Parts: sequence; structure tokens; C-alpha cells
Amino acid sequence: MLRDITLGQYYQTESVIHRLDPRVKLAGTVIFIISLFCFHNIWGYLCAALFLFAVVKLSKVPFKFMIKGMRSIMFLLLITVVFNLFLTPGETVLTIWKLHITKEGIRIAVFMVIRLTMLIIGSSLMTLTTTPNNLTDGMEKAMSPLKLFRLPVHEIAMIMSIALRFIPILMEETDKIMKAQIARGADFESGNIFKKAKAMVPLLVPLFIAAFRRANDLAMAMEARCYRGGAGRTKMKPLIYKRRDVAAYLLLFAYLAGSIVVDRVPNMIAKAPVEEQVITTAGTLAETDLIDLNGLDNIQD
Amino acid sequence: MPIILDHVSHVYGDDTTLAVKALDDVSLVIPDGQFIGLIGHTGSGKSTLVQHLNGLLRATSGNIYFNGQDIDDEDFNKKELRSKVGLVFQYPEHQLFEVDVFSDVCFGPKNLGLSKKETELRAYDALKKVGLPDECFYQSPFDLSGGQKRRVAIAGVLAMKPEVLILDEPTAGLDPKGREEILGQICKLKEESNITVILVSHSMEDVAEYVDRILVMNHGSIMYDDVPKEVFKHYKELEEVGLAAPQVTYIMHNLKEAGLSVDENATTIKEAAEEVFRALTERTRLL
Amino acid sequence: MSIIKTDKLVFEYIRRDEDGNVEGITRAVDEVTLKIKQGDFIAVLGHNGSGKSTLAKHMNAILCPTEGSIWVDGRDTKDESEVWNIRQTAGMVFQNPDNQIIGQVVEEDVGFGPENMGVPTAEIWQRVEESLKAVGMYKFRKYSPNKLSGGQKQRVSIAGVLAMHPKCIVLDEPTAMLDPNGRKEVIRAVRALNDVENVTVILITHYMEEIIHADSVFVMDKGKVAMQGTPREIFSKVEELKELRLDVPQVTLLAYELQKRGIALPDGILSIEELTDEIVKYSRSHGERR
Repeated sequence: MLRDITLGQYYQTESVIHRLDPRVKLAGTVIFIISLFCFHNIWGYLCAALFLFAVVKLSKVPFKFMIKGMRSIMFLLLITVVFNLFLTPGETVLTIWKLHITKEGIRIAVFMVIRLTMLIIGSSLMTLTTTPNNLTDGMEKAMSPLKLFRLPVHEIAMIMSIALRFIPILMEETDKIMKAQIARGADFESGNIFKKAKAMVPLLVPLFIAAFRRANDLAMAMEARCYRGGAGRTKMKPLIYKRRDVAAYLLLFAYLAGSIVVDRVPNMIAKAPVEEQVITTAGTLAETDLIDLNGLDNIQD
Repeated sequence: MPIILDHVSHVYGDDTTLAVKALDDVSLVIPDGQFIGLIGHTGSGKSTLVQHLNGLLRATSGNIYFNGQDIDDEDFNKKELRSKVGLVFQYPEHQLFEVDVFSDVCFGPKNLGLSKKETELRAYDALKKVGLPDECFYQSPFDLSGGQKRRVAIAGVLAMKPEVLILDEPTAGLDPKGREEILGQICKLKEESNITVILVSHSMEDVAEYVDRILVMNHGSIMYDDVPKEVFKHYKELEEVGLAAPQVTYIMHNLKEAGLSVDENATTIKEAAEEVFRALTERTRLL
Repeated sequence: MSIIKTDKLVFEYIRRDEDGNVEGITRAVDEVTLKIKQGDFIAVLGHNGSGKSTLAKHMNAILCPTEGSIWVDGRDTKDESEVWNIRQTAGMVFQNPDNQIIGQVVEEDVGFGPENMGVPTAEIWQRVEESLKAVGMYKFRKYSPNKLSGGQKQRVSIAGVLAMHPKCIVLDEPTAMLDPNGRKEVIRAVRALNDVENVTVILITHYMEEIIHADSVFVMDKGKVAMQGTPREIFSKVEELKELRLDVPQVTLLAYELQKRGIALPDGILSIEELTDEIVKYSRSHGERR
């Protein structure tokens, strides 16, 4: 039941996206998220969707796999939709009991769903195509200027990487303990919230004990393999920017600029129909994005 | 109460491309009071099978009947089934959580909605049955030794008074003496209360001595289902699927091939020793 | 020179109550003196709680002796400046395969040790390749450890230690959580390491079948070395082993049962073939005499 959560688990395959420097992917994710919050109308989102679709295709991660991961956050999406639908003031379209659905509510809810879905797919794409070690390496390197402020950058990166490694193991453990307690007549489903919380004790206590036992073992194993913090460590996979990384950076900025332009265009058209020229420019820009990325794939192979 | 499996299959991850058929058309009858060894290597489907017997997993196709009733029927009481078919998972001591041993064992019967008195009576009885010394009853379960923890965990299931007791690898990780003690205790339990016991293991040697029926699983289906002696006759086929028959089987077959008049079906050390001794002395007498 | 040498090694676990007062002292290792020769395959047997794991953890300087000393390749583990050299000389593999793999990809995990030691990048790759090949896991180098079987995970752990180029590898019950196939895989890998790479192996276990190829066996009980000798010598003492909460392989037990019934067979028979041969020999010689 719990192992269905595939959100962000590394997906092993060979692709350009997999081979990109993690710093590029980090920057890409940040840029993508920023772009999502810059948009005001459907054109921007369309642009983002196109971009996302192109990257997903390039990553060779099956779409099915990603959708499956999305299932676990459906609940979150639903809450967002409900809140926005009912709590946005404005022109009422439909009234159910004492709740009003407004035109603005529908608009915000729809955009919220689109935004969140793309945000989640976009950021899970980073973890799907980057091994946790690689990812934390990237973070470590990207954050290394913060060492000046005595931030334990290496340690933070290591903690993250270990956490990622153990999530699936602890999931499996949770599943197993749950089953074992159900076999002893435990009931995790019925009752009110307090009863449910109380029912969690037989699950949580063994789970915490297991987590501590594992942490203890792991610390010992790491020490036994000469781990002593970041100082004096070499890297098996050092991060060096390659040509494809530079190209990817350029494409990213092209996307950001292009999509913002596209997003603004309809407004501008409304104000001044003369500027129609811009649409085509932006349109071709989006197209070149795709072509370039495909070309890049060919170079790599 | 007998359990009947009728063409049961189970597929994990049915909706994805990664579908795995863990059980493939399994049909069998588990009558009352049998002592069964369920053997198979990791991934053969044995754990999946036992989780069907108490309704933790639902068959993808096929039916399971407990005492004549289909356990997947709407009105079937799964909770009652779980008390009747007790399942002890691998490393059960990892599921202990209460402040003391006694309260932990009370967890099961308490969930059945029994009175406090009945709950405590059952817990006490179960702890006695697994042979835990009285002075441990009010200790924290986390202070006990590995073998003792496991006994407490088994008692936790026994306290629900199951009619069928399934133990998944009850000896994993224990030292030889600990293994022998736990198996001995399970045997005693079986004799005293005459419940059905299913011992899941990947070791033939461990179960050969005790059980009266062996189920061998491979790739999700039942490969052999017979008394130990008959199953071990296929020792060559067993080896091919990564399961070895007890060493004794090999020795007896070797001796037979070498021309000694031994019964190659001896499975336990004692039987084998007597058989070889008889063959050797007979031969010396005759010649 | 001996790779590991101990002199009256004592280790005490001190239990404290909530206020930090000493509640009790458990002597886990009690005046153990032993020597292990470079290149040997050593097995340490003992029931749970016999002190064998505590002893093993001294060989990697994870634990420091309460009294007495232990030298790894001539280095005293009490000397703090030598700790990292010692850990590199004597690598360690633990019981639970899930709790010692750090990398999310097999090759990254094997590279973890050399990274910590500051080995240059190109050499790390070379070592990772060699080590994975030595344990037969090279084709799994891009896999996630979660997708491997228990035996495969343990082989990855062994490769992880091997990549640090140790002289000695200590395996603390590496097979206790594995199924029979996994156990065989791991033992095969360990033996190859000893035979081919000439790495000293110290295998801690309670499975008797695993020690029949050892050069020397130490049996521990109550923190002391209770028995020492070749596997054959050890297995000839069936009753003593039983008293130490251990058992012997079925073959040895069957031979022992026959001896008890007056059949003169040699002591400490270890393999199926050996027992068959001996019984056949016995039957021929006795058949011909009369």
C-alpha cells in the first residue's frame, strides 16, 4: 500500500537529462518554478506545459510512472481545489447549501491545479533523473559559498542523501509493521481522529525503534569505512560542467524569457494590436527549444 | 477449521508495467490439526501465500474458503478470521511496542474486545506456552534477549487463540541452540493444543524432523505437496530450484549407490544412523 | 608477522541508569589473547551474546579495549592517530545488508570508502571496477541496492570494503539474515577473496557449514576463547559444542551417532563425500575380514 509512492524516486535509464550536471537540473527546477508563478494566463502555462513535456520526453521516464507518483498527492490537490472554489469572493456561479462557487474561484482553482501539477512533475523530474548522491553533490557544490558562514554544507548534503536512501526501506518497514499489527487485530481505519491517533502507537513505536537501530548501524558502518566528514574527501563523480550543461543553461534562460513574453503577449495585444509580431517570434523560440534539445540528444548518442 | 484455496493467483502491481505474478493458480486444502512446512526460496511466493490465509492480501483471482465461507464475501468478518488464523511475521520482535511484556501480549486479545480478565488470562496462558520465565513478564520487551523477544512476539499472536498458527521464518537470525529451542517449543505447542501449524522456512533441514506435510513453492506455484519422505525423493529437482534436501538425504542416496542396502528415505539423523548401523552390522553378520 | 594480535583484551559494557550512575558491568570480552596470521581464513564461532561481535568491532577500532591491547598490522588501536589507517587495513562487513549500504547506486556505494580516504577520482573508478568484479557484481553496478537480493547486497558491501584495499576483512555474521542461496553466494565470494586476493578473512558466524574451509577456528563463550583448532579438530568435539549452544553439520552428527553405536569412523568428518567414503570403506574392510 505504501510502496506505491513513487514520487521522486530515482528512475534508472540513459538519457540526456540523466547526464546533465545536477547543478543545471537544480537551476532548471528553480527557474521552472519561478516561471510558473510569473504566469497570468493560459498561454504561459501552455508554454510551460510544452517545455515540461519536452523535458519529460527527453528524460525517457515513462509518463505512467510519473502519474502513478502523482496519486499520492491527489488529496493535497483536492484540498486546494475545494478551498479555492468555495472561499474566493467574487461573482457567484453556483450555490451549494451555504457555499458559493465563484467565477474567480473556478479560475484560481483551475490555475492552482495546473500550477501545482506542473510544479510537482517538474521538481520530481529532478529527483527522477538524478541519483540522490549526485543531487546532494550538486547541492553541496551550489551551496559551498555558504561554508563561509559556517554552515555545515557537506553534512547537510550527506544527511539528505542518507534520508533519501532510507525512505523506501522505511516505507517497506512501515508496511510490514502495519500488516503485523493488523494480524494482531489492530484497526488503523475506523474510529474518530483521537482513536485513530491512538491506533498509530503500535505502528510508530516499532518504526522509531527500527529507524534508530538503522541509524546506529549505519553510523558504525560509515565510520568503519573511514568516513570522517567532508574534509580530505575526493569524489568518484566530480562535478565538471560540459558543453551540454552550458547549452542547457542557455535553453533554460531562453525558456524563461520566452515563456514570460508569450504570457504577456495577449495582454499587450489587447492594448496594442500592432505588436502581433512578437507572438510569432516567441512561438518560434519555443519551437527552437524543442529542436535544440532533440539535437542535443543526438550529439550525446 | 479447514482452509481451502481454489485456483488462487496474486499479481503485484497489476496496473503498472512492472506486474509480478507472485501466486500462480494455487489450489490446496489445509485440514485441521496438520503440521505443515512451507518451503521455498526468497521470492517464491510463500510469504504472499500466507498473507492470503488471514486476509491481509486479497487474491487477484480465485477463492479462499475458511470453514466453508468465502473470505472475500462482503459479510465475512475479517477481524474474526485474523484471530482464528494467527500470523507471526519474520523478525516478529520488531513489532513489540508496549512498556512491558505482559501488556504487549494483551494487545491482540484486547483488540478482540474481550474482557480485561479474559484478556489477561489469555496473555498469561500464551506466555506460559512459549516458555517465558515469570520474572520477565513485567520487564520492558526491549530489555530481553533476541530469543526471548521472539517468544514474546509469538505469544502475542497465540493469545488470540488461533486455530491455525502460521510462523514465517521463526528461527531467522537465532543461533543454533536458539533455533532448536524455538522449534521445540512450537512442536510442544502443536502437540498440546492440536492446532494447525504452518511453518514457513527456506530450510528443509529445519522442518524435516517436525512436520507431517511439506509444501514446496517455486515461482508462485506449488511444486511438491507431500509427506517429507516423498518430497525429499526429488532432491535433485529441489537442488535445481535452489533448495537443498537435508544432508542426510544425500548421504543415504550415495550409500545406496555404493551398494549398501540402506533405505534411502531416512530423513532424520536418528533414522539414518539406525539405518546405516543396521546395514553395516547385517552385512558383517551375513558374510 | 601477524595481522591481528591481542593481548589479554578485555571489554566491558557499562550500563547506567537515568541519572548516570553505574547499574552494572557486563564483561563482553574477557582476557582474549590471540594471533592471526596474514592470509589466513579464520572463523569465529559462538552463540548470540558470546562476545564474538564485540571482539570483531575491536579489530576495526570501532571499540577500544577496556583493558589489554589489540594490534592491527602492528598498530595499537589505542593510538588515536592510527585509527584511520587501522580502519583501512581491516575492513568490516556487518550483519544487516540494508544498514550498511550508503549509496543509492551500487557503484557509488563501492566508491564511498575510497572517497573518504582521498583516493584520486580515476583510481576510485578503477578500484570500484576491480572490487565489483572480484565479488561478481560488476554487471549490477548501475542498479539501486533496493533492487538486489540479500546475498547480492552483502557482496556489494564486501566490494565496498575491498575497494579500500584492506589487508584483512572482518565479516560480522554476514549471512545471518540471508536465505541458503544468499549464504552460499556470500561464502563463495569470501573464499575467493581469500584464495585469489590473499586477503586475511575473519568470518564471524554461527552457521557451522560456513567454517569447514577455514584454516583455523576460534569458538567463543562468555567472552573467552573456549576452543581453538582446525575445523576437523573442532567438529570432533560434538558434545562440547552442544554445551556451547552450537551444533555441528548433519554429516558430522551422523558420523558421531554411528561412532556412538560402535562403528569406528575417523573424528570430525566434514563433508558428505567424506562420510560416504568412510562408511563404504568400513563396510568393505569388515565384510572381507569375516
